[in-house]
Amino acid sequence: MYFPLQDIDAAKLNVDDPEHLRIHSLETFGTHDGPGVRMVIFVQGCQFRCLYCQNPDTLDVKGGRMVEISELVKRAVRQKSYFGKDGGVTVSGGEPLLQRSKLTSFFKLLHEEGINTCLDTNGRLNNAQVHELLEHTDLVLLDVKHINDEIHHKLTGLTNKNTLELAAYRESTGKRMWLRYVLVPGWTDQEQYIEEWGQRFTDYKTVERVEIIPFHQLGLHKWEMLNMKYPLKDTPTPSEEIKQKTLTIFNKYFGNVILK
Amino acid sequence: MKTDVTAVPFESGEWKTTINVYDFVVKNIKPYTGNASFLAGPSAKTTRVWETVKEELLKERANNGCLAIDTETISTMTAFKQGFIKKEDEVIVGIQTDQLLKRSMKPFGGIKLVESALKERGLKPSDRVVDIFNYAKSHNDAVFSAYDAEIRAFRSKHILTGLPDNYARGRIIGDFRRLALYGVDQLIKFKKADLANVGGEMTEHKVRLREEINAQIGALKDIVKMAADYGCDVSRPADNAKEAVQWVYFAYLAAVKEQDGAAMSLGNVSSFLDIYIERDIEAGLINEEEAQEMIDQFVMKLRLVRHLRPASYDEIFGGDPTWVTESLGGILNDGRTKVTKTSFRFLQTLYNLGASPEPNLTILWSEQLPEGFKKFCAQVSIDTSSIQYENDDLMRPNRGSDDYGIACCVSYQKIGKAIQHFGARANLPKALLIALNGGREEHDGLQVIKDIPQLPEGPLDYDLTLDLFKRTLSDLARVYAKAMFIIHYMHDKYYYERAQMAFIDSDPHIDIAYGAAGISIIADALSAIKYAKVTPVRNEKGLTTDFKIEGDFPQYGNDDDRADSIAQEITHYFINELRKHQTYKNSTPTLSLLTITSNVMYGSNTGATPDGRKAGEPFAPGANPMHGRDSSGAIASLNSVAKLSYNDAQDGISNTFSMIPKSLGDTREEQINNLVNTMEGYFKHMAHHLNVNVLNRETLMDAYNHPENYPQLTIRVSGYAVNFVRLSRAHQLEVIARTFHESM
Repeated sequence: MYFPLQDIDAAKLNVDDPEHLRIHSLETFGTHDGPGVRMVIFVQGCQFRCLYCQNPDTLDVKGGRMVEISELVKRAVRQKSYFGKDGGVTVSGGEPLLQRSKLTSFFKLLHEEGINTCLDTNGRLNNAQVHELLEHTDLVLLDVKHINDEIHHKLTGLTNKNTLELAAYRESTGKRMWLRYVLVPGWTDQEQYIEEWGQRFTDYKTVERVEIIPFHQLGLHKWEMLNMKYPLKDTPTPSEEIKQKTLTIFNKYFGNVILK
Repeated sequence: MKTDVTAVPFESGEWKTTINVYDFVVKNIKPYTGNASFLAGPSAKTTRVWETVKEELLKERANNGCLAIDTETISTMTAFKQGFIKKEDEVIVGIQTDQLLKRSMKPFGGIKLVESALKERGLKPSDRVVDIFNYAKSHNDAVFSAYDAEIRAFRSKHILTGLPDNYARGRIIGDFRRLALYGVDQLIKFKKADLANVGGEMTEHKVRLREEINAQIGALKDIVKMAADYGCDVSRPADNAKEAVQWVYFAYLAAVKEQDGAAMSLGNVSSFLDIYIERDIEAGLINEEEAQEMIDQFVMKLRLVRHLRPASYDEIFGGDPTWVTESLGGILNDGRTKVTKTSFRFLQTLYNLGASPEPNLTILWSEQLPEGFKKFCAQVSIDTSSIQYENDDLMRPNRGSDDYGIACCVSYQKIGKAIQHFGARANLPKALLIALNGGREEHDGLQVIKDIPQLPEGPLDYDLTLDLFKRTLSDLARVYAKAMFIIHYMHDKYYYERAQMAFIDSDPHIDIAYGAAGISIIADALSAIKYAKVTPVRNEKGLTTDFKIEGDFPQYGNDDDRADSIAQEITHYFINELRKHQTYKNSTPTLSLLTITSNVMYGSNTGATPDGRKAGEPFAPGANPMHGRDSSGAIASLNSVAKLSYNDAQDGISNTFSMIPKSLGDTREEQINNLVNTMEGYFKHMAHHLNVNVLNRETLMDAYNHPENYPQLTIRVSGYAVNFVRLSRAHQLEVIARTFHESM
């Protein structure tokens, strides 16, 4: 594993310092993580170890900086006029679920200000605290990285069991969800698994949109900066043919597929 | 051509008995709330004329940006005989001279300027023209005969720059709609009545007014002659849509034949013309393609306005702009939108003829604009980067009229009722350096302001620096006001805009439009002094050459009140200082935070500043944050600029915003919606102006290296648009260096 798992510290992340979020960075004009113009908060800390991770600098649960939740609410309010009817705040990462309880209070405060909330997650956890957070989440962007558990494990270091359960849970609540799929040549472009992925979710009524995110090499410099060995250094970006083939398969199962 | 359209009469009103175009518009406008699907492409005639134009434009660019010059004739409305582009296909006729793109001499602004512009191209004015100025005086000569030593020093040391003392002031917008609605005969009748009312005991004001009104009547008579040469009788009102467009264009053409003001705007003619167009369509006289053809050909003519300029002019107004600013959209006081189908037709010209900097299409943005129009505007921005936006919800209540246009780049002007006197701008960072150097200019040490003590050695103290800076600004305001008084007095006397003024009420309200450059440097510099430790580095004369900055400090452009409040405070202070001084014709002082492209020239003339900017580096344009310092994202950057109060800068707060297409969203629909949301968000913060560029930096780099492949590439700079390839290399690089907002 290129970066150690940090179970003990990860557990603390949700408990310690309830007034603060540990964040990596903030984007004020996000248009790629949820609908409309959004303030995107990239939280710090993740326990997936995806081979293609584009933000390896957000993995360390002890990194980043602590920011007062009230300060983040204040900033969101300053940006509210730009959100229009679709936009709002997205929490991405890193893995937001590691700070689920803090995010619940954050999202509650945003709702008091009339601001739409969106959670971009890999579904790492599925428990009562997560369910409470999802109650206050207007839209979930769920990243299902691979449908086959064995490959998922190789690709991310962890099982996809929780992710699939969380998807089923969200579906049961009837609340909005987008699914995301990172298309990596040699890793996630196997036709039979894409079919299986589609079959798994095709009947979900809460899935408004499916996004195919082609693998890119823009995160490379971060790996180099961190002096970490980048396992996918030589992996090409998906060809137009692979992208179109994948799109065609997804289109069989979903009404609204976006190839990013 | 005379066609009977009485089948669909206009709604009557006050406009029938007095000069009141506004009343005509309010009574007859047909607001359009649909989308762009009705629009037509270019007609065959339009395409043929435009092909001819494009060939000539290529020749113009190949010939160093100037196709031909007439050295024999002083340009007036009647000096040149008729000229055509492709006569059989021209639906709207008339060009400035007898040949497309030929430039002419308008020497009453300054004969020396004309001479140097010609000399740079190996030409000289005819002996006759030179001889005239052995007896007559030009504006430029007159101004300098009245300037005092102080003004000259401020000018030569680049503290006051770009003043309209050696070129024509422009900015005055005639209500060109009046020619179409009333015809010359009626307009003269009303002007004569005005003249008769200026009687009794004489004052200087009355004498001047009488002379001006008579000059305007003379202009109206000449317009009749000019139009008659093209076979049109403008002594009577326009009878139909084609005539209305033609008449409005003639009124504008008269102005650009006689004047070469820096910015000569068109106003807000589109929805007025729409009334005639919709009537003709309803009467079955024309179809949509013919309606679009009139607008395409009108707009084409507006793209071809040219003036003779010396090279030095390009430093302050890069890219040969003319600012034929036309304002589209906005809301009427009664709550209806001013958006009509012809608002769409004007925007459609950017597709039918391709992208273009002129006319300078300006959207008067309101939350209440119809959704279909908002989306079409955003789409046009994404596709062409050719249009700008101003906040109608801010200007309408603040300035009091719903019938206004934009003068030059960003300045509100009530149409037909008020004018403005253009005042170029003061260099604020330069003033700060003078404050830090005991009243001396930082390059050669010339004492330009008295009674500013030399600062003690060591790190700068914030309160003391602020105090000295404000004292410097007070003195700067005093000298600036003097210069403006002289300039506009002389401009009226020697280069009066009789053609535009003929279409304006006889004794209009006047704003004197002062300006300031470098507000973002001031905010960052004072913030550095306040929150970090700034120590001047001085040369042997004790003049600052650099500044040592230790520690971090908040920077303007990050929605951080600590820095943004400094920009607010200084703007507020400076306009209040300007308001203390007498003005020519009792005009009302306003202030702009705008630079045109002079931010590059200002930078090269200004030493290192305490914000960390090195000597010679460009300023940020307008009210923009400095390049790369707005690091908290696009919205934080917009929010900072939005904090500047319009009450303190009613002449305009210019913000140029560049983003890469992908940063607006994944799909075209998302990009359009997100750009609409951006505008809504920004203007809800009571911001004033936004230039929108949606471009890849790589496109600009490629255009920089291969200009021949990008003849029509248009970008927005401070308050106007330019053909990128017509900017100087230095300006091109400065544009490329600007902050592009991306999100990855």
